[in-house]
Amino acid sequence: MNLLNLIDQIDKADPEFQDRISPRRDAIKNITSFGSKVAVAALPFAFATLFKKAYGATAVLSVTDTLNFALKLEYLEAAFYNAGAASTTIQAGLSTTEKAYLTSIQAHENAHVKFLQGVLGTAAIAQTTQGTNGTYDFTGGYNTTTNTVTNTGPFATVMTDSNIFLKVALAFEDTGVRAYKGAAPNLLGQQVPLTAALNIHSVEARHASAIRQLLFARGITIKPWITGANDTGVIAVNANYLGEDNLVQGGVTVTTLPAVSGTTATIAGQEAFDEPLDPTTVAGLVAIFGVK
Amino acid sequence: MARRSFLRYAGTGAAAVGLLTAASCHKDNIITNTGIDIGNGDVGILNFAYALEQLEAAFYIQVAATPYSGITATETARLTDIRDHEVCHREFFKAALWKQAIQALTTDFSSIDFTSRAKVLAAAQAFEDTGVAAYNGAGYLIQSSAYLGLAGKIVSVEARHASYIRDLITAGSFGDTTILDANGMDQSKTIAQVMPIANTYLKTKVNASNYGYVSF
Repeated sequence: MNLLNLIDQIDKADPEFQDRISPRRDAIKNITSFGSKVAVAALPFAFATLFKKAYGATAVLSVTDTLNFALKLEYLEAAFYNAGAASTTIQAGLSTTEKAYLTSIQAHENAHVKFLQGVLGTAAIAQTTQGTNGTYDFTGGYNTTTNTVTNTGPFATVMTDSNIFLKVALAFEDTGVRAYKGAAPNLLGQQVPLTAALNIHSVEARHASAIRQLLFARGITIKPWITGANDTGVIAVNANYLGEDNLVQGGVTVTTLPAVSGTTATIAGQEAFDEPLDPTTVAGLVAIFGVK
Repeated sequence: MARRSFLRYAGTGAAAVGLLTAASCHKDNIITNTGIDIGNGDVGILNFAYALEQLEAAFYIQVAATPYSGITATETARLTDIRDHEVCHREFFKAALWKQAIQALTTDFSSIDFTSRAKVLAAAQAFEDTGVAAYNGAGYLIQSSAYLGLAGKIVSVEARHASYIRDLITAGSFGDTTILDANGMDQSKTIAQVMPIANTYLKTKVNASNYGYVSF
């Protein structure tokens, strides 16, 4: 089997093949470098693995699509905090400290929007493509069939009850962390876009931690990190936290690892690792707010 | 068994087997006069992370063992949580790297006054912020998407720690302009920038000769 010939042929049939496999270039390198040492019989298996990666069920988004996906989430977050800042009812329900925290976060999300728009240039998706002419349904009641804002979703009081506002904010931040984490492998090895995405990813985590601190100060039992799966007490966001209680990392069951005494406790093992969500799942979760 | 499946998951099983059998003489693990070297490739990046997690774990173990004066019950609980997370990270990298792991490092925290809340939290903030910047800066060097995913799972937890510690020092400083840039983004650091900072707290000096840093 002439592997390089085969790749050439696929390239003719599918001009995007090189793009598809480019983030996985090391996979090719591995195959060619260990090819001489591995029995020829094993090659088709190795190639099948590569092929599955290139054309697997989870399509690998291009860099532009990945950054636009991030931009859509940042549009949502920025609009949400902007709306909260503009709502006199929400502002009246917040302490001075809470307002200061949210003002910082609002500024960051708007800066993220500007940054991503700048990076994407003319390829940037317009905010007006989101929701109905750019208007979201922060209650989570967006009707995706009729493309209308109903404002009758599970968080109906989001713009009148500061507790609900903070809880929706937390869902956005924790889900944002998962979204960036899930999209990062699409940018594998690409220094500029990957580093930018990572530098935003960790800020979303700082935000999530900060909002958790605010909720804790309000008397809610919650830590700055995610304990188990959905630890927010909001059943409507169960799906946003699905799998956060994972204890198997890269084939290692972390509760078997040594701890200060004995082995790692379940709670510590769950908290020590945040979990990704793939872009398709995230898109499904934020569609109820009007993200398209 | 678990370690083997980890390597297979990363898609580098065949290559890794070769490295493991030759680990004793592989240059990744070479011990020099001035310290040890993280090596190169994904093993190098994972060893870099392993070194930082060893440092953080040792720091928080000390914090929990000798609490600063005036520590509150909530602070004790949270700092103990962080200790357990860092120990878990440390042990995870040790297990994942197995024979390719650098040695256990001896730390030197003599410059930190563990009785002082301000000194301990300032050091904690530096460790967490530096950790975030280190993971963010090394991300693009990772060749395996599985390893990148694992680093991503850890760095956001470090960022949650950083946010909490910062707010303990000054409420609302979780993402102020001393750490984020004008784009509201964290600022990544290179391995060559991070390793000398880490070495100030290490008796066992760690080099990153493939990434432009050797401690002489």
